[in-house]
Amino acid sequence: MHNRGSNKISSRIAQIRLVSSHPEVYEPCDDSFALVDALLADRNNLLEHRPTLCMEVGCGSGYVITSLALMLGEEVPGVQYIATDTNPHAVEVTRETLKAHGVHAELINTDIASGLEKRLAGLIDVMVVNPPYVPTPEEEVGREGIASAWAGGENGRRIIDKILPIADKLLSDRGWLYMVTLTTNNPSQICLQMREKGYASRIIVQRSTEEESLHIIKFWRDFGIKPDTKENMTVNKTAPARVLDTLLSQVHWLSLKKSGNSNSS
Amino acid sequence: MRLLTHNMLSSNIKGVTNGFPLLIEVEKVIEKPVDFNPDFLKNMFVKVDWKALVDASRSLGYAELPEETPESSVIDSDDFLRKFHHALLELHLEEGALVCPETERKFPVSKGIPNMLLHEDEV
Ligand SMILES: C[S@@+](CC[C@H](N)C(=O)[O-])C[C@H]1O[C@@H](n2cnc3c(N)ncnc32)[C@H](O)[C@@H]1O
Repeated sequence: MHNRGSNKISSRIAQIRLVSSHPEVYEPCDDSFALVDALLADRNNLLEHRPTLCMEVGCGSGYVITSLALMLGEEVPGVQYIATDTNPHAVEVTRETLKAHGVHAELINTDIASGLEKRLAGLIDVMVVNPPYVPTPEEEVGREGIASAWAGGENGRRIIDKILPIADKLLSDRGWLYMVTLTTNNPSQICLQMREKGYASRIIVQRSTEEESLHIIKFWRDFGIKPDTKENMTVNKTAPARVLDTLLSQVHWLSLKKSGNSNSS
Repeated sequence: MRLLTHNMLSSNIKGVTNGFPLLIEVEKVIEKPVDFNPDFLKNMFVKVDWKALVDASRSLGYAELPEETPESSVIDSDDFLRKFHHALLELHLEEGALVCPETERKFPVSKGIPNMLLHEDEV
C-alpha cells in the first residue's frame, strides 16, 4: 500500500508524501484508500453529476477531501469543498495537505456539521465519510486525541448513527453519500435504515484486510422509494417485509405509470 | 474562511433561536484569487443570504456590494458577478472571531479555520 501515489492515477489523487501528519491525527490507512478507490471507481459518474458543494465529515489528514478535489479537478470547475473534524489538529493537518496539492477546501473545527445544519440543509451534492467505526466501550467515543478517530462504541455505530440523519438533512435532492463501514457495523441494516428515509444504496468497494472487512457504500435519494411515514412505522412488520412492501409498491407505481403513458399515446 | 462559509454558519449553542448571521471580529483579512465561474455564482446567488453577505464583506473592509438585495436580473451583469465573486470567495477571514448575535459567545477563527466546538454546558 505504501508506494501508492507513485502510479499513473497519482495526479488524480493525493500523494502520500505530500500528506501532512501529526501524532494525534489519523494517518491514511486501508479504510482511507478504500474510500478514495470507491470515489475513483465512481469518478465518471461524479464528473457527470457536476456537484456544486461537496463535504467531508471527519477529514483527518485531508487525504480523502484532497483526492476528491483533485479527481474532479478542472473537469468540474467551480466546485466548493467543505470539511469538518472535531480534532483541531486534524483540520490544521488537512489545511496543509490541501495546500501541498494546490487545492482548497473550507475547514471547520466542529462536531459533524454543527453550526452548518440550518443554512447548508439541502445543499450538499456529494458527502464523503470515513467515520470512527471500530466497536469499543461507549466511554471511549469522542474522547480527545487519536482514539476519537476510530472509537465507535457499541457495534461501532455510535457516530455513524449520529451522522446519517445529519447527512439526510444536508444532502440535496440529487445528493450522494459515500460512507465506509465495517462488517460489524451491520451495513445491510444501515442500508435498510437509509431506505426508510428514501435512499437507495450500492456497495462500491468491498475489501478484506487482515484485521477487517470494509464496505464502501454509496447512498442516493431514490424518488421511487416512498419514505416510511409514521403510520407505516407503527405497523408491526419486520424491516425486510417493509422493504418488500416498498419494492412491491414501486412495481405497482411503475405499471400505473406505464398504463398512463399508453393511454395518452 | 471565505464569506461563503460565514453565510452558511449559525451559532449552534443550545437554546439560541436567532443564531444567524454571526458577527465578525476582524484581526486579519487576506485575499486569494479564485477562478471566476459564473455558473457557480448564479447557482449560489439564490442560496446566499444577501444582507449577511453585504454586512460581512463590509466588516472585512469591502464595500462594493449593493446594500439592497439586487433583482435577480443582475446576475447577467458581469460587473456585479465579479464583485459577488470577490466577496463570496476571495476574501478570507484569516484571524479573528465569529460572535453569536444572541449570546455574544465568541467562536475563534485561527489560520482561517473557525472553531465551532461547544463546551459541555452549551450542547
Ligand atoms: C477513521 S478517521 C478518517 C480520517 C480521514 N477521513 C481518512 O479517511 O483518512 C475518522 C475521523 O473522524 C473524526 N471524527 C470523529 N468523531 C467526529 C465527529 N463527531 N465529528 C467530526 N469528525 C469526527 C476523527 O477525528 C478522525 O479524524
